[in-house]
Amino acid sequence: MQFWPMVGGLAKGLGTTTSIFCLTLLFSLPLGLLVALGRMSKFGALRQAMRLYISVMRGTPLMLQLFFFYFGPYYIFNLNLGKLGFWGLDYRFVAVVLGFSLNYAAYFAEIYRAGIESIPVGQREAGKILGFSRAQTFFRIVLPQVVKRILPPVTNEVITLVKDTSLAFALSVMEMFTIAKMEAAAHTTMVPFMVAGLFYYVFNFAVAAAMEWFEKRLDYYA
Amino acid sequence: MSAIPPDEMLVVEAVRKSFGGTQVLRDISFSVRRGEVFGIIGPSGSGKSTLLRCITQLERVSGGKIRVCGETMVSDAPDGTARYAPPAALRRMGLKIGLVFQNFNLFPHFSVLRNLTEAQIHVLKRPKDEATERALGLLKRMGLESKAGAYPCQLSGGQQQRVGIARALALQPEVLCFDEPTSALDPELTGEVLKVIRDLAERKMTMVVVTHEMDFARELADRILFMDGGVVVESGTADEVISRPKHSRTQSFLGRLRR
Repeated sequence: MQFWPMVGGLAKGLGTTTSIFCLTLLFSLPLGLLVALGRMSKFGALRQAMRLYISVMRGTPLMLQLFFFYFGPYYIFNLNLGKLGFWGLDYRFVAVVLGFSLNYAAYFAEIYRAGIESIPVGQREAGKILGFSRAQTFFRIVLPQVVKRILPPVTNEVITLVKDTSLAFALSVMEMFTIAKMEAAAHTTMVPFMVAGLFYYVFNFAVAAAMEWFEKRLDYYA
Repeated sequence: MSAIPPDEMLVVEAVRKSFGGTQVLRDISFSVRRGEVFGIIGPSGSGKSTLLRCITQLERVSGGKIRVCGETMVSDAPDGTARYAPPAALRRMGLKIGLVFQNFNLFPHFSVLRNLTEAQIHVLKRPKDEATERALGLLKRMGLESKAGAYPCQLSGGQQQRVGIARALALQPEVLCFDEPTSALDPELTGEVLKVIRDLAERKMTMVVVTHEMDFARELADRILFMDGGVVVESGTADEVISRPKHSRTQSFLGRLRR
């Protein structure tokens, strides 16, 4: 086995890993907020629906969910999505991002809910007294304070996500872990795993540093 | 409908409020005139804070009538429920009544200045320059001009409450309500807040003050309402209610405070 070509292959896989990571955050962070708001809605039906959603997403394995989104369309609806029409996207990749986003949204929703419920009711009352609408009160007064409070648990989830992207190997998406597995099997060596492990570690080190920087930026008030 | 003199800023008639089955306000009636300081006193749990929350629309009344500057906020519907004005009218009336909270409720993520400008800009749609100018003027009046860039957590309790008062005044309410504005403060810090309220009284700001500070109430309030158990026990001039209370419940409440 030649070392540098192997590292190059893993680095290419890291690109796919990063895409899964970024797209999942892009979709799951806002979706989680919507789920959290639904979970706290005054409409009982919506509240129960979101409870069920969170319960199922947290209560079943993420890998099973990935299989569900990948094989579901074919097994249930007899749809062959193979190569999707837009941008020639491989449906494997779409299924992975879909599964990750929906799964992580459930976890983020509970973090948002904890954050929102921790803001003293007086903040909302002050907003109302000053004539802010409900939406203004939420986005100008409540949410900025929520963000500061939920950064540590969100950092936990984000770091877990970096590692969870390796589950995409189950659908043979060519991300870093899938490639490491293939290289290791082809050359009967542990080295690709060790290099991949180092890449994951560095990735998470950067994520943690970025989140810490963000936390510090919000340190200007108690 | 009887004509209401234009200087009746706030009229409360037979207001009732229940939480579940518990009635916390029973037939409360009073009115506040322009430029008057109206004190509300009474033991804990007497319903005075709930009354203030009903006036400021943080709670909905169960029945009765409230008029703000001649406009009906809520009245009795024929079926005995409370009928509120349409949302736009409620909002308009809400802006005429300011509230200073017991525990300040400043926005911790905004600077002192932004606490004062945010609603001016985004609710009243004032230009930013004008809002800032007004805010700085108010801070100066509160003796806090050097704190414009500070955050609430960097201020003492007394300073925070003065910012709370300035924040309410920035929207130029017709009536300013205070919910025990000094209860969360040390005795030393109480003075600086009372001084600000005294200054507002001299400027003929119409105020409704729920307070435990009897000396202050006697000094400043034109009229006083003593509540207990959700009813008005006694009302009159400050001197009548505090110095020469007629009702035994008022006497025992004031007596306990003096001891």
